Amino acid sequence: MSAAEGELLELAVRIAGAAKSGEELEVYVSRGVETDIRAYEGEVESLSSAASAGVGIRVVIGGRQGFAYAGTLDESVIKQTLADARDNATFATADEHVGLAGPDGVAPTSLDLWDDEVLRTPSAAKVEMALELERRARNADVRVRQVAFADYGDMAAEAAVASSTGITATARRTVSSVAVETIAGADADSQTGVGFSAARGPGELDLDKAVADAVERSTRMLGATKARSGKCAVVLDPRVTSTLLAVVSSALSGEAVTKGRSFFADRVGEEVAVPSLVLVDDPTDARSFGASTHDAEGLACRRNVLIENGVLRGFVFDTTSARRAGVVSTASAVRGGYATTPVAGCRALLLSPGTLGAADILSQVGEALFVQSITGVHSGVNPVSGDFSVGAEGLMVRDGVLAEPVREVTIASTLQRMLQSVLHIGSDVEWLPGVAAGQTVAIDGMALSGS
Amino acid sequence: MSDAGSATGLLVETPVIERVLGAALQRGGEFAEVFVEDRHSTSAVLDDGRVEELSSGRDRGAGVRVVVGETTGYAHTADLSERGLLAAAEAAAAVARQGGGGRAVALERRESVKRNEVGQLPEEVSKARKIELLVQADEAARASGNAISQVSASYGDGRRRIQIANSDGILVADDQVRTRFSVSCVAVGDTGMQTGYESSAFTVGFELFDTVDVREVAATAARRALVKLTARPAPSGEVPLILESGSGGILFHEACGHGLEADHIAKDASVYVGQVGEQVASPLVTLVDDGTIGPEWGSFAVDDEGNSAQRNVLIDKGVLTDYMWDYLRGRKDNRGSSGNGRRQNYRHLPMVRMTNTFLLNGDAEPDEILAQTPTGVYVAKLGGGQVNTTTGDFVFGTVEAYLIEDGHLTEPLRDANLIGNGPEVLRRIDAVANDFAMGPGTCGKDGQSVPVGCGQPTLRITGVTIGGTAGD
Repeated sequence: MSAAEGELLELAVRIAGAAKSGEELEVYVSRGVETDIRAYEGEVESLSSAASAGVGIRVVIGGRQGFAYAGTLDESVIKQTLADARDNATFATADEHVGLAGPDGVAPTSLDLWDDEVLRTPSAAKVEMALELERRARNADVRVRQVAFADYGDMAAEAAVASSTGITATARRTVSSVAVETIAGADADSQTGVGFSAARGPGELDLDKAVADAVERSTRMLGATKARSGKCAVVLDPRVTSTLLAVVSSALSGEAVTKGRSFFADRVGEEVAVPSLVLVDDPTDARSFGASTHDAEGLACRRNVLIENGVLRGFVFDTTSARRAGVVSTASAVRGGYATTPVAGCRALLLSPGTLGAADILSQVGEALFVQSITGVHSGVNPVSGDFSVGAEGLMVRDGVLAEPVREVTIASTLQRMLQSVLHIGSDVEWLPGVAAGQTVAIDGMALSGS
Repeated sequence: MSDAGSATGLLVETPVIERVLGAALQRGGEFAEVFVEDRHSTSAVLDDGRVEELSSGRDRGAGVRVVVGETTGYAHTADLSERGLLAAAEAAAAVARQGGGGRAVALERRESVKRNEVGQLPEEVSKARKIELLVQADEAARASGNAISQVSASYGDGRRRIQIANSDGILVADDQVRTRFSVSCVAVGDTGMQTGYESSAFTVGFELFDTVDVREVAATAARRALVKLTARPAPSGEVPLILESGSGGILFHEACGHGLEADHIAKDASVYVGQVGEQVASPLVTLVDDGTIGPEWGSFAVDDEGNSAQRNVLIDKGVLTDYMWDYLRGRKDNRGSSGNGRRQNYRHLPMVRMTNTFLLNGDAEPDEILAQTPTGVYVAKLGGGQVNTTTGDFVFGTVEAYLIEDGHLTEPLRDANLIGNGPEVLRRIDAVANDFAMGPGTCGKDGQSVPVGCGQPTLRITGVTIGGTAGD
């Protein structure tokens, strides 16, 4: 534990110590610093630096939960926040399942998710990275008309949680990233592509990869047209796979399942996917950007197998949803920061990699739509019904290789059918920011709508 | 707006702000701004038949912006003491490397124009009364049909007091009160589960519930879920589309609104670059962005740069008249802001954002438009959407839609995404009715969310691609 984490934990423990008899009290405190830099036409367009801190307090009295938060660690404000949380609890409906986590004897995995370089690197060096990124993107290809954004960003966050039920835990992590969007043009046609690189610290960033990705994605879309409507196989880019796994994960949350909001409810033990599909949420894998030593309720994170050889094995639970389901927490409580309460969710999903690389998958599939990016995920994918319809752009696959570009089409199916129609899962795992890693995945029988 | 934040009670006293602005300019900054915000919010959720949680929160802080040439420096702090503000000013000023210069700033208080009076501040209403609304909604949703298997009702209110001062000598404050209520339902049938959602949200206080019956909000959400239990898959391919009034203002928000934001224009990242004065839409299209409409969700007295909200005509009878501007984009083009500089909170830089964006009425009768459409899809409610401003390609999801056959609504359709190209769709509008209505939304851009309004009368688009699976 760092000195700063110790300080936060001490504060959390002290406030949690104020619990009255018959009351469960949980205090979550967090603190972080952030830098965001945007370069444009050789100049710094903006440089933001910020430090923020806050506290979120949960009180459970007789199965009634109340919550309050404040964007400060000022102790007089924290006292008022505690009083608000207590008052709020009196208005909830009593529920025997509602309660805070208690120690469950699982020891946390030791993970190094912190790179001091985020704090040590001077602003000037970070500015230079953003400028360099923009310069390289602008000069990478004659077809690049414009660099819509070239950003450097980083954050270092520390949090502590303590409760009257015996929880004391801390976690800290850093993330550093560069992201760039290029606009490629030919005559009246303009197309965009985003590339990025993310790591624990600035020293590990790969500017050339970010630029090459953006340039490839924007230039290869030039001349794209609508494709004809019809049934086809799709080959998903690793980023698209990661996005889709994140949507599927909301149907694997114990909260959704116990409240009848998941198409996976009541299906444990059934074959929900092709036999080659294995899906695991493992926040103890340090390669994942969602890795964490503890969950948001202070339990040690652990590896949870969700789908094994196509068979649904279980869900992710926080304490309350686990009690409702009659199981124990899988240490999968997540929270969006001090201003929200913990809920069950995945952090670090990974599909077990297959043996084929991206090029092999294209060659095996023969004819398909390679999907470079999708849009409308939040409006078009329903994790309750499983209905799936998203905007897509990419390239046709003909004779096993990438052919002409395609835009302004949709691909549709249901999540249930897609899981049963997976043709190939690639070996090309990419660790991406977000809750899921991605790799090339081919799925058969999608409805493509175009002209 | 309430009196609390206007004539009285600045969040930070004027002499302190003047010194902070002075510090922000001391390294040679050309423009400096202090944005102070104090936000209280309450939310309550009833889910699975239980009041799960009442939550209250407070966030206050300030952001200091310094502009030098093409560069902006920004720093924020939750510490509103003079020491905290000066530290933020120095951090923001660090982008001005040339040093020297510096000047004193004298502020002059400007009163903000009141848009509407808040009838009842939500903070003065008992929590029990707010919970009661949730219970009413839950009962109404469950009474809508036995197939309703799950109901979640959500209440929220927020009071946001802001104060903006800048080196042009402006000092202005606003007190923004917003109240919202939403219900989502799950219905279960032989074909699986379906969902329905409805919300009501306005820039008003608790008097919202004098005119909005939460039981009707709940019944609408329940009906949307129930109707889809018997829905067939949506068609696949290009179809004529009718958008019911108030159902799909998001289309114009996505299809052209974002492309008319001056920051996208400045970077050539919009299909509307260089199109002012050009016919960019059907002559039936007049598009307005208007932050002054009293109670609408995207309204305010002053924007987050201290400029008064305005009514801006963007497209007049199909001809592009202007873009939307914030301080920085206006400055670069030697013109003023159009009152579109907004930010999520004090932790963020402002940027060009929409307020309430809508298409004005036409002359047609909505019934006639339907009767004159032999086949197609009728959208009674759209969900969210997304646009690539550079290509103009957008998507948006349907959450209540029907098949049109022989000029009549026939079967309900399962959810699907529509995809199109902004400029093309605007040219394909061939009928606009006289039944304008608006609704609330949340707009995300560059990681920041702000409340917006969207609206349109019933209208027809001759062809849009719908991404269903019919034909399987």
